Amino acid sequence: MLLPDGTIAAGAKSRMEEEFLLEALRWMMKSRLYDQRVIALQRQGQFGVFSPGTGQEASIIGSAMAVDPSRDWMVPQYRELMATVHHGLPLEVISAQYLGKIAPARIPDGVKVLPTQVSIAAQLPQATGLAWGLRLRGEDSVVIAYVGEGGSSEGDFHEALNLAGVVHAPIVFFLQNNQWAISTSRRVQSATQSFALRAAGYGFEGVEVDGNDVMAVYDAACDAVERARNGGGPSLIEAVTYRMSFHNTTDNPSRYQDPKEFEEARTRDPIERVQKYLAGLGLWDGKRETALTEELREENEHALKHAAGAAAPRPEDVFANVYGDPPPRVLRQRAELVDRSGV
Amino acid sequence: MPERNVVEAINNALADEMESDPRVMVLGLDVGKLGGVFRTTSGLVERFGTDRVVDTPLAEASIIGASLGLALAGMVPVAEIQFLGFTAQGFHQLGPQLGKYRQRSRGRYHCQVTVRAPFGGGIRSPEFHSDAVEAQFVQSPGIKIVMPSNPYDAKGLLIEAIRDPDPVLYCEPDRLYRAGRAEVPDGSYTVAFGKAAVAREGKDVTLVAWSAAVELCLRAAGKLADEGVSATVLDLRTLVPLDVETLCAQVVKTGRCVIVHEAPLSAGFGAEISATLMEEVFYDLDAPVARVGAFDVPFPAASLEDYYLPSLDRVLVAVRRTMQS
Ligand SMILES: Cc1ncc(C[n+]2csc(CCOP(=O)(O)OP(=O)(O)O)c2C)c(N)n1
Ligand SMILES: [Mg+2]
Repeated sequence: MLLPDGTIAAGAKSRMEEEFLLEALRWMMKSRLYDQRVIALQRQGQFGVFSPGTGQEASIIGSAMAVDPSRDWMVPQYRELMATVHHGLPLEVISAQYLGKIAPARIPDGVKVLPTQVSIAAQLPQATGLAWGLRLRGEDSVVIAYVGEGGSSEGDFHEALNLAGVVHAPIVFFLQNNQWAISTSRRVQSATQSFALRAAGYGFEGVEVDGNDVMAVYDAACDAVERARNGGGPSLIEAVTYRMSFHNTTDNPSRYQDPKEFEEARTRDPIERVQKYLAGLGLWDGKRETALTEELREENEHALKHAAGAAAPRPEDVFANVYGDPPPRVLRQRAELVDRSGV
Repeated sequence: MPERNVVEAINNALADEMESDPRVMVLGLDVGKLGGVFRTTSGLVERFGTDRVVDTPLAEASIIGASLGLALAGMVPVAEIQFLGFTAQGFHQLGPQLGKYRQRSRGRYHCQVTVRAPFGGGIRSPEFHSDAVEAQFVQSPGIKIVMPSNPYDAKGLLIEAIRDPDPVLYCEPDRLYRAGRAEVPDGSYTVAFGKAAVAREGKDVTLVAWSAAVELCLRAAGKLADEGVSATVLDLRTLVPLDVETLCAQVVKTGRCVIVHEAPLSAGFGAEISATLMEEVFYDLDAPVARVGAFDVPFPAASLEDYYLPSLDRVLVAVRRTMQS
């Protein structure tokens, strides 16, 4: 729809109005700037292991904008940080998680976002259950669940999608195909032509979209959300994008990635094309970019400062939130630790 | 003699075995060009090609289950699970299936499969990466469980594992991967399973450990020496088979025993060792057998791991208490 050169494909018409597109750009830039900042912090030992969303902002933001934070649920993997923030998770809260904080990293009540989790694809059966349960409870909520193309190889992926089809769960499986699972290329991941095709095997709709085109992502996600909300059951969206960075801050892609492929991917940058398009409409220029960048940097900085200043974990937090009523032996272990660390 | 760290020792063992036995192959996530997330398979794909060093799809159950099938077909697979915590996704294929295959087939088949996986705390990993779940597999009979603690053993035990006709789970101490180099000969040699090693000789108390906890116990023994307590450190090396004879002999020599492991205390392998000592040498003990493990909670956020894991301090406290009774 929105092509890499910032023009609209002939005859295409997105649901995204210009004002909304500016809003999308703001979030995409916020995401990119946040990545850059926390990677720098991580290099100074002031942030945890981090997987950036760089290059995938159109997927991350376009999908998040299609769900309603007041009633829909978001189930992330880990690379969609700014989607969860868009869905109402305060940036300082998710930042506190990367700083190893405990209480300050608790998702506030009322925010319909589940915690990020590391065990690839394990969130998917849970998301299916959540969507199924919401339907059983008579709510008009939809679940959007994220997964990578790597995650689609796990058994949990298959089981979750199959069950979702059977129980007709109101869920959107949003698969970001960023071409890489650490060093494993998409070609090694599956012999399928398209991950979206798999939906047919589960009896529901699958669509492939240009994951670097925020308009196309938004439209596809809106269709899927509407379908789910209206009782049409699950959908699978494959957003074809590119991981324009390392897997995470411990990774070194020079060992496995062809720099030519990477350079080629950069020409399809999801943010630049929106800026070009808006510039064509007279809604964007260098001055506006500088001003917005400055503003977003400050917003991010504010959240990061807040997170850094939040209460540090205490030794006894080792025992926090494991049992509602801890067994006596666990209480004794806790007392032993507290005694010894002189808390 | 050449010196190697644990990563280099493992890499060297894999290369030697692949060189000498064309049936040996390596498969797992990112084991090819990347050389594994810790570089244990570095350089292998360049040397042996993509048929024998295979980047697999992201699916642990199929890595392990397919290894079983590859073994039935006559290959000798060495599967890598990126982190031991992710054996959970393949648990059924590893514990129940691989462990049972010889029995199920009435001895018609055996599965010459090695499953390697790093684990352990102390390197600030994300969730599941550090979990010490080795004892879960002790409850899956049919699998041998190997827990090297130093570069020399890492190579010798891995070669022994690859050549073993039965399935072996080989757990790598990620905290010690690059902790230091030690003499590791070129060429093939094996370290036998079921032979515990005395890592340090003492008279007053026997510390029993495996994997990275051996290093912790050696540090504790050094401290204890300053306090006038002479500690033996016994490195079990393999949990299955368990060297009951050496364990008992080393505990009888001192009359006191403290077991240290990174896994949660309750139903950790320390419980098995303690029970074994009760059965075998109860009347030779001068003090109750003590255990130091991680606490009975899931592995916490990395920022808290130092409080959760057995620490030098906790080992010393346990030894002092044992010495007093
Ligand atoms: C069950 C499991 N196996 C292995 C890992 C290690 N790991 C972390 S991220 C990753 C790659 C994930 O790739 P993909 O699903 O495509 O998501 P992306 O990182 O590209 O967003 C792997 C193998 C894990 N976290 N969980
Ligand atoms: Mg991916």
